[in-house]
Amino acid sequence: MSAPIIWVLIPFATGVLILFLLGERISPLIAGAVAASLAVVALILPIDTAMLLGTISVKIAPSIQFFGRTFALNTADRPLLAIIYGLAALWFFGTQASGTAHRFVSLGLMIVSLLTASIAVEPFLFAALLLNMAAMLVIPLLVPLYQRPGRGIIRFLIYQTLAMPFILFSGWMLAGVEASPGNIGSTAQAGVMLGLGFAFLLAVFPLYSWIPMLTEEASPYATGFLLWALPMFTAVFALGFLDRYAWLRESPQFSNAIRFAGALMAASGGIFASQQKHIGRIMGYASIVETGLVVLALGLASTEVVNIVFLLLVPRGLELAVWSLALSIIKRKAYSLQFSEIQGMARSHPAAAAGIILAHLSMAGFPLLAGFPPRTALWQELAGQSLATSFWAFLGLIGLLIAAFRTLAVFVMAEENKAWELNESWTQRVMLGLGALGLFVLGIFPQALQPFIASLPALFSRLSQ
Amino acid sequence: MATDIISWIAVGLILATSFVTLAHRDWRVILGALAAQYIATFWLTTRHLPFVMGSAKLITGWMVVAALGMTRLGLPTDEDNAEDDFIRHGRGFRIILIGIIALVAAGSMARIEAGTPGLGLPVIAGSLLLIGAGMMQLGLTSDVLRVTLGLLMLLAGFEILYAAVESSILVNGLLAVTNLGLGIAGSYLLAAGSSVFESGDES
Repeated sequence: MSAPIIWVLIPFATGVLILFLLGERISPLIAGAVAASLAVVALILPIDTAMLLGTISVKIAPSIQFFGRTFALNTADRPLLAIIYGLAALWFFGTQASGTAHRFVSLGLMIVSLLTASIAVEPFLFAALLLNMAAMLVIPLLVPLYQRPGRGIIRFLIYQTLAMPFILFSGWMLAGVEASPGNIGSTAQAGVMLGLGFAFLLAVFPLYSWIPMLTEEASPYATGFLLWALPMFTAVFALGFLDRYAWLRESPQFSNAIRFAGALMAASGGIFASQQKHIGRIMGYASIVETGLVVLALGLASTEVVNIVFLLLVPRGLELAVWSLALSIIKRKAYSLQFSEIQGMARSHPAAAAGIILAHLSMAGFPLLAGFPPRTALWQELAGQSLATSFWAFLGLIGLLIAAFRTLAVFVMAEENKAWELNESWTQRVMLGLGALGLFVLGIFPQALQPFIASLPALFSRLSQ
Repeated sequence: MATDIISWIAVGLILATSFVTLAHRDWRVILGALAAQYIATFWLTTRHLPFVMGSAKLITGWMVVAALGMTRLGLPTDEDNAEDDFIRHGRGFRIILIGIIALVAAGSMARIEAGTPGLGLPVIAGSLLLIGAGMMQLGLTSDVLRVTLGLLMLLAGFEILYAAVESSILVNGLLAVTNLGLGIAGSYLLAAGSSVFESGDES
């Protein structure tokens, strides 16, 4: 058995089987159990090391050949695999509580396995193709067959497809740049191509217009999953580029450009979020701010880049899961997520309202919540390099904070005589409670992530030197 | 010499079919033009790729056309009435656009050939025409069929150029899957929300 078969082929095949064989009630449990098992296996079983199980010697081979190319997952990838499948399990277990269609878990498993394949493929450049394929699988998740596709989904499809040619071409050009590093013209061309590719993939300003559109027109839970999965794997892909090409990580112009893009995303996302009257769109803008912070971290001229990026990415999965689950619950009752429709809902759905506010505050970097420690770490590094950039990132978070207080005000704006009720189901309360607890645990004890994050710099050894 | 002539004929075919996909109203004609475009794409990719890999691209392209065609056939005829007006009134504008794309392709192909020797002028011209026409298609409309068409044309143009620099079976296989996925995603989006499927019981 080889590692790519365990973490790519098995979840993909399970996703296909669930789609065709299992029913609505059991599929989230099976998919969640499979993802959780894969996370545990990644934590406990070493790769490329023989183990004795009784009298049988077992060894997980790190790589597999496929059409003349290698898919490899090494021992250094294990914490990353544990994080990916652990967070995916969280999303799948929450499916039933969110009331999302059962194909979410089957397609979700296939998407996560394709994205994992993007980490495993060598040369890593071909990951762009796998990311594009995963983006296409997202479409049935976002648009049910009875709903006319909106502008958001069309833009999403266009931008994700446009990214792939840019990245593949830039990879070919980068090989030329490596051969003759003094050629400024070809270096600039390769840099522009690469920048455009990642701008489309990460939805950098102004290419993020599809995100708020999608959060308005599609299922909040499926959109939240998309906003977690794609940027996370794209960030890992970007780290691979920085690690592989010395001139990219050593070029001050390139670092400045990345930081500028990140600050623009964070600031504009936060400012736009503070102006919204739709809580779905606010979640979209919050995810843009968060991606902006990840882009900012990628542009740091520091050996801490990998640590900070993953410190940002792990809580993001939890925050978006709680936020989109709570939005799904509210949407089923209110039909629209406009402020006018959700006014006073804290009294009828207190758990969901609390979930939204806590996740929102966490994304705004509120102390004691999961988003606070990574933002502190980012600012510590960023302030040493550019105070102006730190200010713009701070402005974005202030925007998010204003949006959080506006949402809170709308939620509690109920008639005086209205009684408090708990209309969420038991499953919904348990899932939201666990999520909220997770937000506090990661905020108060950020060292809980240390066992996962400590060895991740080994994946990008040149970037961490 | 003969292959060069055929290559330039393929470029001419791409130019003509690009105009048809941009300016014609009937979806049957548009999909027919796309199918013809894939023959030209096949010829230009086989300038750098083995015949078998080029054939795989051609078959994939035709499968995509078939998927889109069958889906569109099952939809009510009034689906793209809104688009009709725009097409009727903007035909002159589209002719000018195709002219501009052709001029840009003609102007830049010699420079690209100088930067990357060995690609071949017809390959570059065909690729740039497809990329340009695809971009125009994406910029002009938000109709699902035309957007899918634009993306497929753009990818076809990219594949012609990329075939010259990367001949890996895995990459070409994944590109074929991407084309197929795009066709299926386009078909799904075309079908979504149409009256035929409105009684679905999805949640």
